[in-house]
Amino acid sequence: MDEMNDQIRRVIREHGHLSVDIDSLADDADLYQAGMASHASVNVMIALEDAFDVEFLDSMLKRSVFESVDSIAQALTEVGVEA
Amino acid sequence: MTITAGTDAGLVAVARRIADEVAAPNAAEVDKEARFPAETVAALREERLLSALVPVELGGAGASLETIAQVCFELGRRCGASGMVFAMHQIQVACMVDHRGAGAPWFDDYLREVVAEQRLIASITSEVGTGGDMGKSVAAVSEPDAEGRATFEKQAPTVSYGPHADAFLTTVRRAPDAEPGDQVAVLTRREQMEMEPQGTWDPLGMRGTCSPGFVAKAAFAVEQILPVPFSTISAETMTPVSHILWSHVWLGIATDAFDRARAFVKAAAKRKPGEPLPAAIRLSELMSELSLLRAEVGLALREYCDLHAGDRAKLAEMATILRFNNLKIAASEQAPKVCQEALGVCGIVGYKNDTPFSVGRHLRDAMSARLMVANERIHATDASLLLIAKEV
Repeated sequence: MDEMNDQIRRVIREHGHLSVDIDSLADDADLYQAGMASHASVNVMIALEDAFDVEFLDSMLKRSVFESVDSIAQALTEVGVEA
Repeated sequence: MTITAGTDAGLVAVARRIADEVAAPNAAEVDKEARFPAETVAALREERLLSALVPVELGGAGASLETIAQVCFELGRRCGASGMVFAMHQIQVACMVDHRGAGAPWFDDYLREVVAEQRLIASITSEVGTGGDMGKSVAAVSEPDAEGRATFEKQAPTVSYGPHADAFLTTVRRAPDAEPGDQVAVLTRREQMEMEPQGTWDPLGMRGTCSPGFVAKAAFAVEQILPVPFSTISAETMTPVSHILWSHVWLGIATDAFDRARAFVKAAAKRKPGEPLPAAIRLSELMSELSLLRAEVGLALREYCDLHAGDRAKLAEMATILRFNNLKIAASEQAPKVCQEALGVCGIVGYKNDTPFSVGRHLRDAMSARLMVANERIHATDASLLLIAKEV
């Protein structure tokens, strides 16, 4: 799980354009409240698909699924990434 | 909202009467003088149509979104500005009905007041300094005081019917330290606000919507903040319902332009029976353009109602956002096209402002469509979503 969360955090650091350091946020912290804009969240989704070599389902492609490291990890688990 | 009840024929008939008897005879003057369609709104109040969407348990008519959309169409046919004022008011009501949350008595009470007093509600969503992005705010809710009272101050470049509304639904950042996209929506009464007008209102079309800029200052109780994030309100209700109701107004405008072109061709055919009539061919071409618009607008309404009644979570999905964004782009480009081609059918008598076949007002009103959340901005959003959405 730690390894997966580390990789999620790397993607967010690179593409999320947060207004704070991702290391200062807990796994359940709200990324939108930390400044991630809608456009940046799409780039995070694309980078996650690339980094984990998966495709999210349309039902997962919504704001709430990408609002925290935890919720992203759960979505990745649902599409078959092993924690 | 109750949105699967089908169309309430009685309410639509009332709206059609108001459109024909009140909106139509005043439409030219409303347009020429850029004045508020006060008679139409008074008639809508008298028939209690401003609270049509309010649920029955709060005293409203509990009308379906289909009914409201049909009313927008009927009003739009006779006076685009009247239709747009009605549409925008209903959008604010829909947001409150959908997102007041359980145990939020302030909004239940306010909706009862909308019923009893037929309050007209405007929105303050655009803001100077956000580049036209409704998903961002500069203004913020202040830190509440010990009594739970807070304030905001927002610079809005346009507030539709701002001088005439009884209350305003305003987007602001959740707190002074919140990010630009971390927004809430606040409903404030006019008496709780100071509205300082900015600039004038002399636009190309939709002149009766009377939408100058304002600096809006408000002091209110925190219970007046809708209890869910604006991002949710926007995705599930405000954006799709706006696109649906606006596009019904635009369809109404385009339909009347078509009807005027048709009346012109019929009159010409009567004058010269049996002679070939090039305008008649153009009219037939125009009908197919209008039917494309009607199909997109009607289908989007049905799709939204199905999702809203069934799998509401799907409204937040990117594929769904793309779908209702596409409605806005398609309808806002097709409606002025129909009006322009109606002008091509009618020729000079359509171009003149004082004939039964005038379509200048229709064309000017319809041209506002692409600016109401600029199509370029929606295309930019869609371009981004298309990179990740799967089935669209």
